Amino acid sequence: MLIFERSRPGRRTPSQAPAGRADVAALPERFRRRRPAPLPEVSELDVVRHYTRLSQKNFSIDTHFYPLGSCTMKYNPRVCNSLAMLPGFLRRHPHAPESVSQGFLSCMFELQEMLKDVTGMQAVSLTPMAGAQGEFAGVAMIHAYHKARGDEGRTEILVPDAAHGTNPATATMCGYAVREIPTDASGDVDMEALKAAVGPATAGIMLTNPSTLGVFERRIHEIAQVVHDAGGLLYYDGANLNAILGKVRPGDMGFDVIHMNLHKTFSTPHGGGGPGAGAVGVSERLKPFLPIPVVGQEGERYRWLTERDLPQSIGRLSAFAGNAGVLLRAYVYMRLLGREGMPKVADYSTLNANYVMARLRSLGYDLAFPERRATHEFIVTLRRQAKEQGVTAMDVAKRLLDYGFHAPTTYFPLLVPECLLIEPTETESKETLDAYVEAMAKILEEAAAEPGKVKGAPYTQPNRRFDEVRAARELDVAWQPEAC
Amino acid sequence: MPFIPHTDTDVREMLAAIGADSIETLFDEIPAALRVDGLNAIPPAVGEMEITRLMEARAAQDVMGLNFIGAGAYEHHIPAAVWQIVTRGEFYSAYTPYQAEASQGTLQVIYEYQSMMAGLTGLPISNASLYDGASALSEAVLMAVRANRRSKSQRVLMPLTVHPAYRSVTRSIVASQGIEIVDVPFDPATGRVDPAALEAFAGEDITALVIPQPNFFGVLEEVDALTDWAHANGAQAIGVVNPVSLALLTPPGAWGRQGVDMVVGDGQPLGAPLSSGGPYFGFLCCRKEHVRQMPGRIVGRTVDADGRPGFVLTLQAREQHIRRSKATSNICTNQGLVVTAATIHMALLGPEGLERVAGACVEGCGSLVARLRERGFEIPFTDERFHEFVLRVGVDGEALLERMAAAGVLGGHALGRDYPELSDAILVCVTETKTAADLDRYVAVLEQARADLAG
Repeated sequence: MLIFERSRPGRRTPSQAPAGRADVAALPERFRRRRPAPLPEVSELDVVRHYTRLSQKNFSIDTHFYPLGSCTMKYNPRVCNSLAMLPGFLRRHPHAPESVSQGFLSCMFELQEMLKDVTGMQAVSLTPMAGAQGEFAGVAMIHAYHKARGDEGRTEILVPDAAHGTNPATATMCGYAVREIPTDASGDVDMEALKAAVGPATAGIMLTNPSTLGVFERRIHEIAQVVHDAGGLLYYDGANLNAILGKVRPGDMGFDVIHMNLHKTFSTPHGGGGPGAGAVGVSERLKPFLPIPVVGQEGERYRWLTERDLPQSIGRLSAFAGNAGVLLRAYVYMRLLGREGMPKVADYSTLNANYVMARLRSLGYDLAFPERRATHEFIVTLRRQAKEQGVTAMDVAKRLLDYGFHAPTTYFPLLVPECLLIEPTETESKETLDAYVEAMAKILEEAAAEPGKVKGAPYTQPNRRFDEVRAARELDVAWQPEAC
Repeated sequence: MPFIPHTDTDVREMLAAIGADSIETLFDEIPAALRVDGLNAIPPAVGEMEITRLMEARAAQDVMGLNFIGAGAYEHHIPAAVWQIVTRGEFYSAYTPYQAEASQGTLQVIYEYQSMMAGLTGLPISNASLYDGASALSEAVLMAVRANRRSKSQRVLMPLTVHPAYRSVTRSIVASQGIEIVDVPFDPATGRVDPAALEAFAGEDITALVIPQPNFFGVLEEVDALTDWAHANGAQAIGVVNPVSLALLTPPGAWGRQGVDMVVGDGQPLGAPLSSGGPYFGFLCCRKEHVRQMPGRIVGRTVDADGRPGFVLTLQAREQHIRRSKATSNICTNQGLVVTAATIHMALLGPEGLERVAGACVEGCGSLVARLRERGFEIPFTDERFHEFVLRVGVDGEALLERMAAAGVLGGHALGRDYPELSDAILVCVTETKTAADLDRYVAVLEQARADLAG
């Protein structure tokens, strides 16, 4: 039932709004709304019960194992939330003078410093509001760098075919043509194809390492050299940082710019799809182009650096300074882990991924890259099951819901057919992983014995599978008052 | 180690299953020369007790005082129920509803949100939200360029009465796509878009006109005339609005003869705390014919295999994970959690509650203006406004605001950086959170600060 269907004319929540109607005579008639906005009229209890019940229809990290590949669904520590929501932080207006903002600014400055350390970059801006905006900032800086040097013939961005869809979309938004680079049989970038593709038109390359195939790009140094020799820059998609924290740093691999999904590696909440935070880090040569504002330190005072300090900046990306509340959560998380905790994240996320991979392989699941180590994640392909039993990756994903596990990422990366991208994260215990493996074993048996059962899943959720074609054809995206 | 549950026995058994002799072995594909030897700038780990003490001290350091700053982020009462529900783990720690059957909570919330925004704005289609108001305006500009197939110029008229940061962000984002953003000046007498300046563009190929309501100065624009001008000149009309004001003001879908083509704004006033500028969310609503040009996620209602209604992400063929370099935008998230807050906030206030909030803003703002006029202050521009006004203070705005902050009042936002001709003026906001006593205190602190500076 929709909240609108609980509405009754005249039902109110008087304690939530000013008493009495205000005198708005100063507002001329020609600017006034003629009918009240069609919002629901419900009591406070109606609202609390309705949305509490809706929440219970969700799978979440707090309630379920959620091995969604490339999304790093690790535990979001509760204290990160409660400290970011201290009244002093919540009440701070973004335009409050710096003189009354030193507490907040010190957290942001220290977060910048910690992110520099963990990535090996020379400077960090926290302002991008999500990974895709961080990507945009990164490629816009590459663009600004070439332009500032008068090197305007560089019109192409190279993107491996395994990349996240945001990479090519970002390159287009920055005015670049996209050239795809194929992957070789072992999951690394095809070096010969790369060498053939680079040239005077190359502005840069966008790489994820570990790649979205769940493997570490072993020839990263050679790739950096090839692209740099051609005059291009290297962009690091930091979606997958979890497995290399404290082990290897993008700056040391030769990258010029990186974005970090703080909602993945640094455990800020995914919130049903956001808000994220996509901080960017840069090498020395891209420093002048960082998006503003950035927090600077002068003696013991912190202050915002703006266009006055960074006149070559690519500019502002948000009305204020990014998703500050998310940044505070990441700050708390990094302080709790400390310098010794960072490599442990890599250790245990890698251990968990390799363990589940080994167990699934021994059950008879096919791995996309059986000769490789898993990083924080790995890929299972159901190509054989799809062909022999008609059971697809989507069917397995849906059946997992019945066993009480969120599905892995399905059908991504696009180049592995019928794939499941599985990322357990370091915060899951062996018992949870074993229970998941057991469910995968049962599904494999079901696929052989009664494939129809797997294909009809799920059976235990609020809904069975949806008619998505109808959703797109008979578009219903808003409740209509006259319809009831 | 924090949040890592493994015992030594677990590790031993897991390594045995893998066939590796140590965790270190699992990293043997990383070239040794690249390995990092310790992180130095990150302090050693602290416990929850220590970090709590540290953060409480830092939060307490930033004493905000009585806040009269608006300029795109507005202080409103937020019912206690809103964030208590939002931070339930089932909302807080879920991800994008890719598995619809296991995400009906999030999906229905977004559908209800889309419905509420459609109702507020008078436009039938809302997406699931964008990052913030400024980035939503950039996306609307890109969308208008795609939607206006008759226009070849890619020229977008941007009044100087649009929030300066929104203009700046839009330039950052559309800069490399060959789109020209053209300033339209305002009339210094009214603080509105200068009709004569706009008329100078009549007959030219204009892709879109941006129309703020209320504008950055808090002034109400002649939105009917502006919308009609845009359509008469073959341009798309893009509204930029404050959602709380829409409880009182004409919805953009009814501006002029046809209504705007799309409308954006920042959803922060609907239940998001000020929180240093974010996370907020941007909303974007449009006419039905533009839906396939819409960026971002959209939730649709459909039925399942048993015929039961439910919700899914729909029209995904527009998005980056399908269309890659040809997508409508690179965006892949929405601001889900803040949208959840806004949905609950709007449900709790209801149509009358939200209208009372908007009305109290208008009344409180008018009341402070009257008090200041009585004391001889100059308030330029028309008096037809929502909840903000420009105040001439006769001294440097930034210096004055520092003095007021020291006296415990955040007096407004200095305008000199964005409008050099208004360097002795500040932008002041009054919401329903301010009492008559607060307004009196404002006037007293302002007068004292000004006297101190002048003397």
